[in-house]
Parts: sequence; C-alpha cells; structure tokens
Amino acid sequence: MPIGDLLPETILLVGAVLIVLFASFAPHQRQAWAAGLALVALALAAGFGLLQWRQPPAVTFSGVWALDTPAVATKLLVLLSGAIAVALSPDWMRSDRRHGEYYALCLFTLLGVIMMASANDSMELVVGILLSSTASYPLVAYHRRFTPALEAGMKYFLIGALTNSLLVVGVVLLFGLVGDTDYARTAAVLSASPDAAPLALSVAVACIVLGLTFKLAAFPGHAWMPDVAQGAPAPVAALLTVAPKIGAAVALARFVSLLPESQLWPIIVALIAVVTMTLGNLAALRQTDVRRLLGWSSVSQSGYALMAVVVLDSAPRALPALLAFLAAYLVANLAAFAVVTHLRGRTALADYHGLGRTQPIATAILILALLSLVGIPPLVGFFGKFLLFEVTIAGGYAWLAVIAAVNTVLSLFYYLRVIMATMFKPLEGEVHVLGAWSWLALLASGVLLVVASLGAEAGLGLMGAIRFAG
Amino acid sequence: MILTVAWIVPLLGAVALAAFPRWSEARARLWAAVMAALSLLALVVAWVGFDPAGPLFQHVDELQWVPSIGVAYRVGVDGIALAVATMSALLFVAAIVYPVDTLGQPRQYYAWLLFLQAVSLGVFLTLDLLLFYVFFDLTLVGMFFLIGRWGHGTPQVSALKFFLYTFAGSLLLLLAIIGLYLSIEPHSFDMRVLIERQPLAGTGLYAGLVFLALMLGFAIKTPLVPLHTWLPQAHVDAPGPASAILAGVLLKMGTYGMIRLPFAMMQETFAEYSLTIAIVALVAILYGALVALGQSNLKRRIAYTSINHMGYTVLGIAVAAAFFADNQAARQLALTGATVEMVAHGLITGALFLICGSFWQRTGDYELDHYGGLAHRAPLLTGFTVLAAFASLGMPGLAGFVAEFQVFAGTFAVYPWLAVLGVLGILITAALFLDMLRRLFFGRLPSHLGGFSELKRAEWGVLGVLSLGILVIGVAPQFLLTLIEASSALLVGVR
Repeated sequence: MPIGDLLPETILLVGAVLIVLFASFAPHQRQAWAAGLALVALALAAGFGLLQWRQPPAVTFSGVWALDTPAVATKLLVLLSGAIAVALSPDWMRSDRRHGEYYALCLFTLLGVIMMASANDSMELVVGILLSSTASYPLVAYHRRFTPALEAGMKYFLIGALTNSLLVVGVVLLFGLVGDTDYARTAAVLSASPDAAPLALSVAVACIVLGLTFKLAAFPGHAWMPDVAQGAPAPVAALLTVAPKIGAAVALARFVSLLPESQLWPIIVALIAVVTMTLGNLAALRQTDVRRLLGWSSVSQSGYALMAVVVLDSAPRALPALLAFLAAYLVANLAAFAVVTHLRGRTALADYHGLGRTQPIATAILILALLSLVGIPPLVGFFGKFLLFEVTIAGGYAWLAVIAAVNTVLSLFYYLRVIMATMFKPLEGEVHVLGAWSWLALLASGVLLVVASLGAEAGLGLMGAIRFAG
Repeated sequence: MILTVAWIVPLLGAVALAAFPRWSEARARLWAAVMAALSLLALVVAWVGFDPAGPLFQHVDELQWVPSIGVAYRVGVDGIALAVATMSALLFVAAIVYPVDTLGQPRQYYAWLLFLQAVSLGVFLTLDLLLFYVFFDLTLVGMFFLIGRWGHGTPQVSALKFFLYTFAGSLLLLLAIIGLYLSIEPHSFDMRVLIERQPLAGTGLYAGLVFLALMLGFAIKTPLVPLHTWLPQAHVDAPGPASAILAGVLLKMGTYGMIRLPFAMMQETFAEYSLTIAIVALVAILYGALVALGQSNLKRRIAYTSINHMGYTVLGIAVAAAFFADNQAARQLALTGATVEMVAHGLITGALFLICGSFWQRTGDYELDHYGGLAHRAPLLTGFTVLAAFASLGMPGLAGFVAEFQVFAGTFAVYPWLAVLGVLGILITAALFLDMLRRLFFGRLPSHLGGFSELKRAEWGVLGVLSLGILVIGVAPQFLLTLIEASSALLVGVR
C-alpha cells in the first residue's frame, strides 16, 4: 500500500486525534493551545501536499484516489482556508468550555473536503461528503444556547441528510448500471454503451448532482448557506462558505467529465448555474444583515463557478479557470469574514455605519474583499471572473457569460451598500473588536488578498499544468 | 519611460497621502498639485518628443508579463491619445488647485483625485486591452468615492447609480474584449497586433456582436442617447471639481475607446454600421441640446450640453469610419475634428463645471431663477463664464469652433443631410447659453445675493489657464492639429 501518497491526509487525521486527546485532559485556559496544534498539522499537511504538486498526474490505491494537480491544488487551498479559520477562532471560542474539540472537528471537515476533491471512485466520494458533512453539523451549532445557531444547524443537518441520502441512492444506481464504482471503469462502460439505460442513468446522475449541490451551496441544495453564514460562529461560517464549495466543485467537474454526451449535462449544469447566481443575487439585494448577505453572495458565486464546469469538454482551459476562480473567491471571502469575526461578528448593516472612521484598516480590507468579490480589477477576483468569462465564451456559451455579466451588475449593488455604510454614513456607537489573534488573522487575510491580486498574472502562468489524471 | 512616469507619479502621490495621516489641508493640497503638475510635465515632454512623421504609436514601453496568455505591460501613444491625455492632466491640475470644501477629510479627497488621475491617464496611455479594462473600471471606483463622500444633494444615491450604470457598460466591454482576444491566434491583448491584423474582418455575426457590445459599453460612458440617464444626476450631486473631471476626462474615455477599439480594430464592421452610429449621434446632438434648453438648473443644463457635444465627437468618428467612397480627406477631417472636440470640450466644460462649483460654494444653489444681475458684483466670474459659454456654443476664434467646423465639414462630404440637421444643434446650444448668461448675470440683482463675492485668486487663476487654452486652440490650433493629423492620417489610411 502506497501509504506515502496519503501523507497530508494522515497528518490531518493524526492531528485531529491528538487534539481530541489533548482537549480531554487540558485545563480550560490551555485549551487554546489546540489551535496551535491544528495550525502545525495544517502547515505540515500543506508542506507534504506541496511536494505532491510536482509529481505527474496519477491515481493510487487501486485507482480510487487521484493525485493530480486539481486534487493537490484543492488540497492546498482548503488547508489555507482552514488555517485562516483556525487562526480566527481562539479569541472567538475562548470562553467556550469545549474549546479544544472544536479544532478537531475543523480538521475532520477539511479532511472530508479533501477526500471529495481527490475521490476517483463514487464510494470514496460518498465517504468524503459524509465526513465533511457530519463533522461540520456540530460546528454550526457549536453555541448551543444561541437560537439562530441551533436553527442554522438544524437546517443544515436536515438538508444535508436529505441530499446525502439522495447521493447514496444515485451512487448505488450507478453501481448497478456499470458494475463498478471506479471512475475509470465507469467512464469506459458508459462510453462503450452510452444508451444502455438512459433513464436510469439520468436518475443516477440527477441524484449525484443534487448531492453535490448541497456541498456546493448551489440551487437546489443551497438553502442552508444564508442561515449558516448568519447563525454559525463567524470563523465556522468563514470555513463553510469556502472549503466545501471548492471540494464539491472539483468533485462535480471530475464526475461530469465521465458522462456521455447523451446526458446533456452541460445544459443542465448551465441551467443550475443561471438559477443559482440569479437567485443568490436577488436574495442578497435586500438583506440588512451583512453575514446573511455574504451567505447569499456565496450562493451566487457558486453559480459563477458552475459556468466553468459547463464548458469542461469544450474549452481546454475550463478546469484551470474553475480553480483560479475558486481560489480568488476563497481569498476574498475569507478576508470579508475575517473582518466580520474581528468585529465580534457584528452583523446588522446599521452597525457598520461609519466604520471607516474608527477601523480604517479593517474597513479597507472589507472594501477590497467586497470589490474583489464583484470582480473589480486589478483585484484577484477580477482575474477569476475574467477567466470564467473567457472559457465560457470560448466554449460557445456566450449567452451564459452575458447572464453572468448582468448578475455581476446586480451583485455590485448589494456589495456597494455595505461599502457605502462603512464609508459615507456617520459613526454610531462604539466598535468592539476581538483580540490579537483575530487581528493577526485579519491582517494575514488582507495581505493574502493584496499579494494574490498583485501576483495574479504570474499565477496564471501555473495554470497550464492543471488537468485531471487518467 | 516618460509615459509610465506620467501615470505612476500621481499614483505614488495618492499612496503618500494615504500613508501620512498628519498632513494638514494646505500641505495635502500642495502635494497633490505638485504631483499632478509633474505628471502634466511628463506628458508635455512626451508631446515635444513626438515625431509627427513617425510611426502610429510612439514612446512605447513593453514589459513581458505572462507571454503564454499574451498579457504584458504595454504603454504608448498616438497623437490622439497624447492630446486627450495631456488635456486630462491639465484638467486634473485645475481640479486639484480649485478651492473646494473637503468636509474635514482633505487628505482622502486629494488622494482620490490623484488616484483618479493615475487611472484615467492609464486608460489613454495603455496599449494593452486587459490593462485598458483595468484602468477603465478603476476610474469608476475613484469617481464613486468622490461623489459619494464629497457630493451634495443625494450623493449616495447618485454615486450608486453612477457606479451600477457605468459598470454595466464596463462588463459589456469586458465581454467584447474577450471576444477580440479569442479572435486572434495566438491570443493576445496587444492593441497594435489587433489593429494591424483586423482579426474580425469577414466574420459576420460574431464581429457584429462584438461590435455591438463594444459600442454599447462606450455609448454608456460617452453617453449617447438613450443611455445617458445616469449623467445628469451624477453631475448635479458631484462636487464641482469632480464634475469637471467627470465631464472633461471620464466621458472622453467613451469616445477615445470608440476610436481606439472598434474604429481601429474593426474597420470593416464599423464601416458597415457607420450610418447607424451617425444617426444615433445626431439624435444625441439634437436631444441633448433641446433637453439642456429646458433645464432651469445651472449644472443640469451644462450636463446636458455635454451629451450634445459628445454627439459631435461620435458623429465625427462615425463619418471617419464610413469606408465606402474615396473621400479620405473628408474622413480624416472628421476624425481630427472629433479629437479636437474632445480636447476642446474637456477644457470648456471643465471650466464651466468649475464655475458651477464656485456658485455652489457661495450660495448652495443651482436654480437659474434665483440668480440675476451678477455682472456688476462679479465681473471676473461673468467674464470667464461668458468666454466658456461662447466657446461651448461654437464661436469662431475659440476652441469649440475649430472642432465643430472640422466635424461638420467632414460630415458634409459624406452624409450631407446629417450635417444640415446637426447644425441645428449648434443653433439650440447658442440659444441655451445666451439664455443662461442672461439669467445669471443680467437683469436685477436679487436681494439675497447682496453678499455674493467675486472669484478668489486661486479660482480665477485656474479659470484663466483653462481660458487661455481655449483661446490658443481657437486662434492658433496648428500645434494641436499637427499632432492629431499625424495619427488620423495613418488611421484612415491617407499616409
């Protein structure tokens, strides 16, 4: 068994176990050390993940585990988002008696997401999705006495249970049709006899895609996202708006590229994309709650990301564009949530009035993050969106790009509302902030955003290397 | 190098203003003025070094960035870009020096103005489509904060409307730029390559769609009727200097973009639709003038004359693009006229909006009916306003005439009946400016204007420089025409 291929994942697992053990015995004031342990585990995993980048695309463990550039890139991005979310947490969780275990759950969630992106086998995919879901349900409802958190957790759990069971039904159906769960075998059987049982195959595909839309927070599995963004602990919201989306997008891209043309999946994914981005933007327009607004914006961003999946077969650079867009979204969204966390999770739009006068740096980072989410150049979000538009037009879906452009104008409206509240309104009340950890994490996310923006064009040069194994 | 200096210096100035929180208002203003003037100086040096007999683009700098996808830092100018950029830099110096109430945040105000100068010059100086878009969009961000923070009336609504409306145009432009980028093998954002190879010639519907998206994007910015509705409100609520920049510089990006992108890169497609564009421009000329005549608000009236004047520019561009007959001289005349109109309109309308700012600083009121008889109280203000108004209505001897004469002479050779109808626009403009002057400066002085003060030194100094520019272009335009004709001749194929 090539255990070495799983080194980053093993480190996460061992780290999580160590944290659980540590948290069971450490006194309350030392629980925050678990954050340090988690950061060390994340750094080690990222280090070994980086070593995998140079290897040629391959599959390992009898073909169930992909070791290709999309998987490794996702791994690194997810670990990065985990590191920032963990760094934001100690100040937030300090008074919580179950502080230490929190980090173990974070690591398990990340492990599940990494499995999703690397799975080259439908059973493996199910395991990844279930692991990331079950580990994140308790995270959302971590503040047990806070009713919105319980509501968000319940909604997240119910939608997750429904879509995950549909996913399993889809995987079982697919297994029945092709006689294997391995992706390479599945692709071979489907291309040999694409129309053997079209209806059954359609049902299976529909169930699996539905299951993935839950993790992606795309229509129709999106309904948990705004509640989680609003009710969950802010660092958890930062993590869950970002990490599962990346894993699920790569998993979806991997899965649909197996399907025969007769399934018309590009059209179906295109429709999901249109509905998702439009719904997310329309719902965000009237929000007066910043965290909820960011949650809906996260839904709409899933819609944009799906555009790259649509043209996966017709545009050669679709996959790099997908990853570039997701990376840009990750950096900007984490920065936005870092600001929210640092401001003690303040959430009503009215509380952001005049923030620019007392918190100039936090406000500047928030504004940069929001403008990057819109796609204003030269911020990194622009390059992500530009690549998406480019591959969509090159793949023959110009109408989809036009709809996305209209949606971008819509989205500018609500992002600007937040910016205007911070810059043009008079200051009201005092502004309380968390401690030094969250300040550092906030600065780190801001620096990351600026560096990514300045280095974006250089990063485009790396993209030629990104393609699936096998 | 000199062009890079021209846009980087204001940007560094803006960064310095943001970084030094203790600077006083006077110091911030002085610093901003010096930085803006240095940038102007760099452009003047570039102008002196420009060889009218040389190639189309000069002072070219190129720095490879990501060759695999055709992205590079490229700057360079032809005569058209250089003329418009230099006028813009001059207007920025004027806007920065012009006294205005900065609402207790002088550093931020001057930093945003310098930032806006840097990115505006970037639009005119770059030769890379991607950079062009980057700068084009960033001007919106700068103007958004200037209107929203230092505007009056309902500034936040106006700023939001301005940003949303013009951002919609930008995104159409982005889609079109991607269309242009994909049409060439290997994919490239290099404007020179696109101009040379005309990649979309003969591609039918594809070219038509790209052209439509480009023209819609630029028509919103210019603005052409019926896509002009963001303009009056943004102007009325913006502070005076920001209005001057908005009209003098930002609107030019629409017409400059039309010359640089569709006109130069898609000659065949533009020729096909040139009559349509010319008719739309005629509508803008007449509609803008008529609506301006109906306004009783000083700033709104001037804002609508901008629509009228930009209509002349677009008419000139459309005529220059009409490819069918052997009337190259007329087409060159029209293109030169369109460019002179851009420069002249920048100076004239910039001066008029700065004058509006002076009115607002004194009374907080734009209603024409609340004024009258100011000629005795403020003779200098009256003089500068009369000069700018006469230049705007096309009085011979002033800058506007040079431009409009060439546009209409060119149009007459290509589309005679459009020229005949278009001249009506000048007539209406004359009526509306004379009416405006009468209501502001003549008649009885209302009692509440008893304390109305004359222009301060900083104000008439700035207006004096702009007026001098208007006069010089009107009397001795040769220095400007040589520069522009060098490029328009190459673009329409005379040389």
